[in-house]
Amino acid sequence: MAAVSIDRVHKSYGSVGVLHGVSLEIDDGEFVVLVGPSGCGKSTLLRMIAGLEAINAGDIRIGDRVVNNVAPKDRDIAMVFQNYALYPHMSVSSNMGFSMELRRFAKSMIDSAVGRAAATLGLGELLQRRPRELSGGQRQRVAMGRAIVRQPQVFLFDEPLSNLDAKLRVQMRTEIKALHQELKTTAVYVTHDQVEAMTMADRIVVMHGGIMQQVGPPLEVYDRPANKFVAGFIGSPAMNFFDGVVAANGAGRYVAMGGDVRLPIPDNSRAEVGRRVTYGVRPESIRIDADDAGSVPASVEVIEPTGLSTLVYSKVADALVCTFTMERPDLERGQPIRLAPDLARVHVFDADSGERL
Amino acid sequence: MVGHYGALALYVLFALFPLYWLLKISVTPNSLLYTEGITMWPSVTTWENYRFVLLQSDFPAFFKNSVIVSLGTAAIVTVLAAATGYAFSRFQFTGKTLVMFVLLLTQMFPLVMLIAPIFRLMVPLGLTDNLTGLIVVYVAFNTPFAAFLMQSFFDGIPRELEEAAMIDGCTRLTALRRVILPLTLPGMGATLGFVFTAAWSELLFALMLINSTDAMTFPVGLLTFVSKFSVDFGQMMAAGVLALVPACLFFAFIQRYLIQGLTAGAVKG
Ligand SMILES: Nc1ncnc2c1ncn2[C@@H]1O[C@H](COP(=O)(O)OP(=O)(O)O)[C@@H](O)[C@H]1O
Ligand SMILES: [Mg+2]
Repeated sequence: MAAVSIDRVHKSYGSVGVLHGVSLEIDDGEFVVLVGPSGCGKSTLLRMIAGLEAINAGDIRIGDRVVNNVAPKDRDIAMVFQNYALYPHMSVSSNMGFSMELRRFAKSMIDSAVGRAAATLGLGELLQRRPRELSGGQRQRVAMGRAIVRQPQVFLFDEPLSNLDAKLRVQMRTEIKALHQELKTTAVYVTHDQVEAMTMADRIVVMHGGIMQQVGPPLEVYDRPANKFVAGFIGSPAMNFFDGVVAANGAGRYVAMGGDVRLPIPDNSRAEVGRRVTYGVRPESIRIDADDAGSVPASVEVIEPTGLSTLVYSKVADALVCTFTMERPDLERGQPIRLAPDLARVHVFDADSGERL
Repeated sequence: MVGHYGALALYVLFALFPLYWLLKISVTPNSLLYTEGITMWPSVTTWENYRFVLLQSDFPAFFKNSVIVSLGTAAIVTVLAAATGYAFSRFQFTGKTLVMFVLLLTQMFPLVMLIAPIFRLMVPLGLTDNLTGLIVVYVAFNTPFAAFLMQSFFDGIPRELEEAAMIDGCTRLTALRRVILPLTLPGMGATLGFVFTAAWSELLFALMLINSTDAMTFPVGLLTFVSKFSVDFGQMMAAGVLALVPACLFFAFIQRYLIQGLTAGAVKG
């Protein structure tokens, strides 16, 4: 096991910049998830850690060794690919034992290591099969098995679950997390799925356009998003945004929207009067039909019950607002309601830079 | 269903009929060839033509020359094409587009245009009238197409397989040998077979570069059955049938490598 240190790393393909100075310290044994929309450079960063892409500028360290010019095979890492990349001409056990075979371990040691990994992953029955004789979920497990057999310093995962169906994905998510808690090997996990990121990570790294937007524990990123991008990307259903200008009256500051709607701002916010801002509030931080001082008028558009909870979409001025409640409100389309944002959970971002105020 | 099979049967009949005719004439005694008229099968068959071709003509020597030239060409081209195709498939390098364009360009000229210059080049090099010269020319003309063919086979193998192998402990070369090569065997087999047949049946260069009977390949040799005053059809057909044997054997041998789907299961299914 080892720490991974990424120090001002740049990457471009020709004239197209893909990573613009990424720095990140990953602790020994930590499970870090790189999350961001497709094309933001997550895979590129992961592949640079693996040694599959050259580093244009900056340093990557594994343990205390700079690995910029170290071949992938000498980095003591294991990687699980999105398409699994199992060797089609080898049996499951040869696939899993390949790395040890290349390192000239004794046959008996390979067999016992493969046997242990297979038992952990429930692959015991399948060891003599070829990859093409396995289901998608089984292939995924073999890919995991191949990674854990050798007990590497670092695990790298590139969207390992995105080829599985929804149910299996949730199950494997839990299994990978449990496996990490047992093995305690440093892991860097790439996904575009923010739910995967939230549920699995010790720390989340949100990326966008080749730049790290925010790094922190999942709940911290959720509760205090550093900018509008992070706020909108993390969380499902997504945060509601309203554009307006900060104003003030006797009761305090508020964001004035069109239609004379006034959204209250918490006192500790740095948004000064006159600034154009984006006002953000998560669906679960809005109460329906409150008569609070800060409530705003709305009219119901769509009601989506899921059984567990209800999503209510309503119009505030011209903006569509999503509200999440564990109750089953008795509402119908067109009905006028009042919405009260929870002041402690309101986020205000600069309209131009998107930075949190 | 019936329609499909009917159409296929008709096509197969159409394609194979000349072969049947070849076989038929090769076993027809010379005396019956013109006297019996057109029949589907002669009233008397004979092995005389085969006996003559195998024992009294130069055909065995032609045959041996053809085997040497075709196998040599096929082996060299396949190795060159595999290396070229791999580089095209996996690496970005300056001038790659240009190299590919030039390779494509070589395929665009009719061979007849190139015969004279090639002959002029080969004479001072001492490469005329021997098998080495023929192999050199065949390799030069078959490698570009074979390289593109091999490239498409390499393109069909996910890059991640190599990357996984390189993380598992391979160098690029070991990854090539342990993972990529076993998966490209069908492609190599196809390339080998393709080049072998092309070299086996090549006439133009063989005719131009080879003079002496010692170095003749069988397509040229076949023409020696056409003498100034007559064509000995029976012997010619017998030689033709014999010339088909290696091509058939070769395809029987490589067809197990041609079976598709070996790479299936590498990636998601
Ligand atoms: N080999 C390459 N050549 C040129 N551009 C590339 C290459 N690989 C990736 N890119 C570009 O780099 C950007 C980041 O890619 P990637 O790291 O794969 O994104 P992600 O994994 O976050 O979806 C994308 O815009 C992609 O088009
Ligand atoms: Mg990716």
